[in-house]
Amino acid sequence: MSAALTLEGVHTHIGRYHILQGVDFDAPAGRTTMLLGRNGAGKTTTLRTVMGLWRASKGRIALGTTPLQILRASDVARLGVGYAPETMALFSDLSVKENLVLGARSGPLDDARLAWIFSYFPALKTFWLSRAGALSGGQKQMLSIARAIVEPRQLLLIDEPTKGLAPAIVGSLIACLNEIKATGVTILMVEQNFRVAREVGDEVRVMDNGRIVHRGPMAELAADEDLQNRLLGLSLDSHQ
Amino acid sequence: MSALDVGQALPRRRMEVLPALTPLLVALVAAPFIGSLSTFVTLTAAGLAMGMMIFTMASGLTLVFGMMDVLNFGHGAFIALGAYAASLVLLPLANWSSADSFWANLAVFILAALAAAVISGAFGFVFERLIVKPVYGQHLKQILATIGGAIIAEQLLYALFGPAQIPLTLPRTFEGSFVFGDAAIEKYRVLATLVGLAVFAGEMLVLNRTRIGLLVRAGVENREMVEALGYRVDRLFVAVFMAGSALAGLGGAMMALYRGQAHGSMGGEFLVLCFIVIIIGGLGSVGGSFIASILVALIANYAGFLVPKLALVSNILAMVVVLLWRPRGLYPVSGR
Amino acid sequence: MSILSGDPPRGRALQILLILIVLALAGAPFLFHGAKPLNVAAKTCVMILLVASYDVLLGYAGIVSFAHVMFFGVGAYGVGVMLYALGASWGALLLGLVVAAVLSLALALAIGLFSLRVQSIFFAMVTLAVAYAFNVLASQLSWLTGGEDGRSFKVPGVLQPSFRLVRDKVFGVAITGKILSYYLVFAVVVIAFLVLLRVVNSPFGRVLQAIRENPFRAEALGYRIVFHRTLATCLSALGATLAGALFSLWLRYVGPDTALSFSIQVDVLVMVVVGGMGSLYGAIIGAALFVFAESYLQDVMAGLSQAAADARLPLLPALLHPDRWLLWLGLAFVLAVYFAPSGIVGALKADDAKRS
Repeated sequence: MSAALTLEGVHTHIGRYHILQGVDFDAPAGRTTMLLGRNGAGKTTTLRTVMGLWRASKGRIALGTTPLQILRASDVARLGVGYAPETMALFSDLSVKENLVLGARSGPLDDARLAWIFSYFPALKTFWLSRAGALSGGQKQMLSIARAIVEPRQLLLIDEPTKGLAPAIVGSLIACLNEIKATGVTILMVEQNFRVAREVGDEVRVMDNGRIVHRGPMAELAADEDLQNRLLGLSLDSHQ
Repeated sequence: MSALDVGQALPRRRMEVLPALTPLLVALVAAPFIGSLSTFVTLTAAGLAMGMMIFTMASGLTLVFGMMDVLNFGHGAFIALGAYAASLVLLPLANWSSADSFWANLAVFILAALAAAVISGAFGFVFERLIVKPVYGQHLKQILATIGGAIIAEQLLYALFGPAQIPLTLPRTFEGSFVFGDAAIEKYRVLATLVGLAVFAGEMLVLNRTRIGLLVRAGVENREMVEALGYRVDRLFVAVFMAGSALAGLGGAMMALYRGQAHGSMGGEFLVLCFIVIIIGGLGSVGGSFIASILVALIANYAGFLVPKLALVSNILAMVVVLLWRPRGLYPVSGR
Repeated sequence: MSILSGDPPRGRALQILLILIVLALAGAPFLFHGAKPLNVAAKTCVMILLVASYDVLLGYAGIVSFAHVMFFGVGAYGVGVMLYALGASWGALLLGLVVAAVLSLALALAIGLFSLRVQSIFFAMVTLAVAYAFNVLASQLSWLTGGEDGRSFKVPGVLQPSFRLVRDKVFGVAITGKILSYYLVFAVVVIAFLVLLRVVNSPFGRVLQAIRENPFRAEALGYRIVFHRTLATCLSALGATLAGALFSLWLRYVGPDTALSFSIQVDVLVMVVVGGMGSLYGAIIGAALFVFAESYLQDVMAGLSQAAADARLPLLPALLHPDRWLLWLGLAFVLAVYFAPSGIVGALKADDAKRS
């Protein structure tokens, strides 16, 4: 069973910029928490800090009872944390197969799991031995997510997975994510597309200026258009 | 049937061929000027042999830089150390070298090569922990610290082995040349070429067929993501650094045998050459270094014959020309 | 305050040290008798200029270049070859200086523009290769440069050692052309140093530092990075050229060992780091310390090495041999890089801050 992710009073400095200014929230175990907010609010920084790629200057981060803030990124990953960054961070000169092999840290690729991934992202099967750099933007995004879920994880950190994806693929992705949710993984996801956030998210946390300014169930926010405008600055329609 | 039995609809991207042909182009351009076929063959053979030795020295450096953005100005120290280490085997076992037996000769050569690789590799570990590790991520300090390390290492070599050059003799079997008509190809050059090719083949095998090679290739592109996937990149790096210094030592030993002497100044001399090679080849690309080594060696040999005054600077000119054509080298690695 | 361009050395210890060094250099011919101390003093002056001009590039602009000694060599050979070829006259000296300056500027511009084409990571290695090539060229063009042997030449009348300014001794010292040469070197270095100080404290200097800290931001703010970096390279090159000219004038000799060898570049690096990067006063301290150690430390080492040999200690005699002085220098250098990255200047400033 997966664990909850909690952040208490987390501060992160990048150089002399104070990006996270006391982030407090929890992503409940087995649920999908959406992290929303304007550009520059600190969402990606939050994910990177949880992943251990950036060191928090203050505060506590815990996965269940295990403290994360003192761990290096590889140790965080070994706890069962999967990460699909905003930049996708694929290895362009390596094949699709090799990219996934690297994601499967614990052992060889599981055929059943692969088949399941292929059912949502058939392009990965087609271009199995092709260079990852030759894939289209959408296919790359698929690969990045596939790499994050190629093994069962305790926590998934996903950063803007639908950016630049065609609507049909977005649909595929939502279906895939919903099925992953069913396995009981804790998910923390940054998403600019509110429609996707609404369909996938159970909980929502909104960030602004390095702090959490709203926390609550997604259904609540989805029903309250005024609240959406206030927090996210744009109406629902323009997110389509 | 496994999910892995899948087709590959898109063919693998064809490796860009033009950069790999540059040595051939250079050879073709130089040939008419050289005139005589036998001279051309001799020069080309010499160039190939030298290129293989340079490649052995430089390939580790390109991976070290490619993976960790570490500018190791101390790389020359490993080259020189390898040469001295070889002398530690060759001098006591001189009678194996002078014996009339192919096997004894081969054995002493292999032992010397092994000694060079192992001792340089071990020193590489010490160098990495003491000098490089404390300054990860700080380019300027890396440059300064590794230069300091190089100075200390060279002086230590002189203190330990004496400041004079140490003469080295080739084992009997490898003296002399194969003669084809008018062309003479030194036997040692053939050996050096074989060793270099073996090193290249070995590296390619490890990089493309093993898991650790996969990690290295991924790490050269994006080491942060490799770490985020759960692998200890710093440990990987130490291994790469050691392998690089071991290879540098092997290259240094081969070169010292070729010249007949070992001396600490080899370090600085070949450091510049290694830099030129990895810049031309593309930082982080072993294949690029391979082509670049051959290119640089051929140019040096042809220029040495055709325009001796320019020979020593021919490498730098080649580098400038290549960079104007391909600013990131012949085979740049993606994501750099 | 405007002579120091509003940037006086801060901290009591630093001020005292600097004053001592400057006074010692100013009065060297009278304070220390003999040829060797005067040589040490002259070399110190030259190195101060060489290191200060390098610090403009490295410490202020953040550019790592290994071609600095090349410009030093251009200045040395420019003056030396002219005086050799055209005879000892002020005209020849001036012509040599001008030719050297023009050549240096051309090279600096070429390097600056080449850096446009390649990544900055390549730049350092490219400058290394270029300096190496230049070194080789200089020894190849032996008809011009005298090759490995270099060129000895005569200097203009007033500066010749045989020249006497006044018949009587002043403070016990004969005012020969050598003394006049020394004060020429000293005066030029002082002026050049003050000019550099003015430059790094000007708006241009501040932009350089901004570019060093955060090139992207600087560019976003509208500063032309290439222009500033190229100008810094040119300025630094001119400083080195001047230093080279002075040195060859002092030695009345120019050769690859004294003007072009890569060991000079390494020495400059050591001086800049030990003295303190990003502070021109660091150049003064670093140069003085280094030249002094280079000249006198080897004698100390010889004595220690002999003592170790007499005591039959293993390895120590070889390690302490005066020829191995670079070993200890290298060690000091590496320690400085790790533990005192701001050099002596930084360490003294920190001490001073702690005390107050």
